[in-house]
Amino acid sequence: MVQGMMVAIGGFFGAISRFGISRLFKKYDHTDFPYATLFVNLVGSFLLGYVIGSDIAETGILLLGTGFLGSYTTFSTFKLETIQLHADNKWKPLITYLLISYTIGILFAFVGMALGRV
Amino acid sequence: MIYLLVGAAGMVGALLRYYLGIFAGGWWDYTFPMGTFLANMIGSFALGYVTMYIFQMKKVPSMAATAIGTGMIGSFTTFSTFSVETVNLLTHSHLVLALIYILGSMFGGLFMSWAGFTIGKQQFNLYKRKGV
Repeated sequence: MVQGMMVAIGGFFGAISRFGISRLFKKYDHTDFPYATLFVNLVGSFLLGYVIGSDIAETGILLLGTGFLGSYTTFSTFKLETIQLHADNKWKPLITYLLISYTIGILFAFVGMALGRV
Repeated sequence: MIYLLVGAAGMVGALLRYYLGIFAGGWWDYTFPMGTFLANMIGSFALGYVTMYIFQMKKVPSMAATAIGTGMIGSFTTFSTFSVETVNLLTHSHLVLALIYILGSMFGGLFMSWAGFTIGKQQFNLYKRKGV
């Protein structure tokens, strides 16, 4: 019950933060590259690495990790944006988007975990 | 208002992901992170489908579409957990599993999203034809 509450509260703020950032990007960035999702996913991977690495209590991990950062980052939007780039035949941004998300995302999670352990 | 709706839907998405993880942990006894993988695959299909079908119908208010798509499905799937789980597999020398996880998420996710997108689009075209 408490676990579910932590996840729910974190999820509430995580989704709002992602939505707010995506709106902010839409206001200032008029390219067709999905910078907003890339940004939240990379930053979120680093932060989750940090949270997991720093070995906090389980309630904290559920609130900040599973709830907040889990919802702050997104996989479904990332994939749909890739499919939309594909539908528009925009191959170069598509490959760039995929490569940067996976390589830098995993690297950032690694660096975050290493820093969290310090 | 829209922020509150996205947040409330995000809550539902996060809880569904959490309980799916517990459920998957109950029957999946291996190192491979099945909970996150399933959430990401199901969510990728669902977002493609609702975006191309349900949200194209004039019946769905745009606020509800944002809440469900961005809030609920967006929060149900996760990229940060995927990244951290991959690092965990790599640092615990499960190199093959890490590779399967990365490639499976990359191509599996693309396939599921494409399938949802394509099926949704077809159903919407059918719906339009029936409508007129």
